[in-house]
Amino acid sequence: MSELVLILIGTVLVNNFVLAKFLGLCPLLGASQRIETALGMSLATCFVLTLAAVFSYLIDTYLLQPLELGYLRILSFILVIAAAVQFSEFMLRRTQPVLHQALGVYLPLITTNCAVLGVALLNSRQSDNLVQALAYGLGAGLGFGLVMLLFAGLRERLEQADVPAPFQGAAIALATAGLMSMAFLGFAGLSRG
Amino acid sequence: MIAAVLVVGSLTAIIGVALSLAAARLPADRDTLTRRIDALLPQTQCGQCGYAGCRPYAEAIANGDAAINQCAPGGDLTIRAVAELLGQTPRPLNPVYGEHRGPLVATIDEAACIGCLRCLEVCPVDAILGAPRHLHTVLNDLCTGCELCIAPCPVDCISLETRAGHA
Repeated sequence: MSELVLILIGTVLVNNFVLAKFLGLCPLLGASQRIETALGMSLATCFVLTLAAVFSYLIDTYLLQPLELGYLRILSFILVIAAAVQFSEFMLRRTQPVLHQALGVYLPLITTNCAVLGVALLNSRQSDNLVQALAYGLGAGLGFGLVMLLFAGLRERLEQADVPAPFQGAAIALATAGLMSMAFLGFAGLSRG
Repeated sequence: MIAAVLVVGSLTAIIGVALSLAAARLPADRDTLTRRIDALLPQTQCGQCGYAGCRPYAEAIANGDAAINQCAPGGDLTIRAVAELLGQTPRPLNPVYGEHRGPLVATIDEAACIGCLRCLEVCPVDAILGAPRHLHTVLNDLCTGCELCIAPCPVDCISLETRAGHA
């Protein structure tokens, strides 16, 4: 149990996928203009991440490794991720049409979110059992959501700020992300190693 | 080699079947339903049903917020078509929302028109052509007969007539 908590805290804060591993930066910059969209995006990504982590772990352990088909890992993981994204896409379209419209192209683009494939691939290397794989996926999703919401909040505040002309737009967003990443470095002290 | 092809093939097949099953199980796509109801409405954009236009009314029907018998320009024909789509029993038009008068077209009495532009502003389909202090005219092909231009006219020079060929 304590091991699961460690995995969760580790992936959310210490080895945060966005700010420590720099995976999944495109939705971080693309869908963080407003807190509501950022929240929807984080929930969708978290859902996809957890689902993809579990299913890719199952496929890897019970199908690819026994058959010695390790070279098919990326192909089959992308298949699983695409299916999970498709599933969450039509779930959202039918239950939250407004949010679906607000997320627009970034929802199907979760498929190419490197964090999702990253979690699936890292899982096959580090996780010993299904529960760990699940915790790893969930932690990565929660970490992504946390950073997304913090970043969207910062950007909403920045809208009001008097940003110098050369820094406006993407430049200030990237500078903000860099500063957040440095702040998250402080969590590195939490880990044992 | 064969194992690889089999694994990827069966994975794809399983995922495809699972996704289509999930799609069939989930509640009906409200967006498509709205679009299908909207396609049956007369597109007069008149607002007589109490909604801003045909699409908002279609949304309200799809959400179950509005009855299907509120469209006066569409009349019984529209009500029957929507009832068939939704599997409801057709009801007569609710007289609160006006009466059905068949396909109408607005006509401007060009001798009386003073060119005030007020009817241009309210026309939801931009079917009235005019300029300040020049007489206006109605583009018959675009006019939906929504009656919205009648009330703003200060000289009452607009009248609705049954569309030719629909007597």
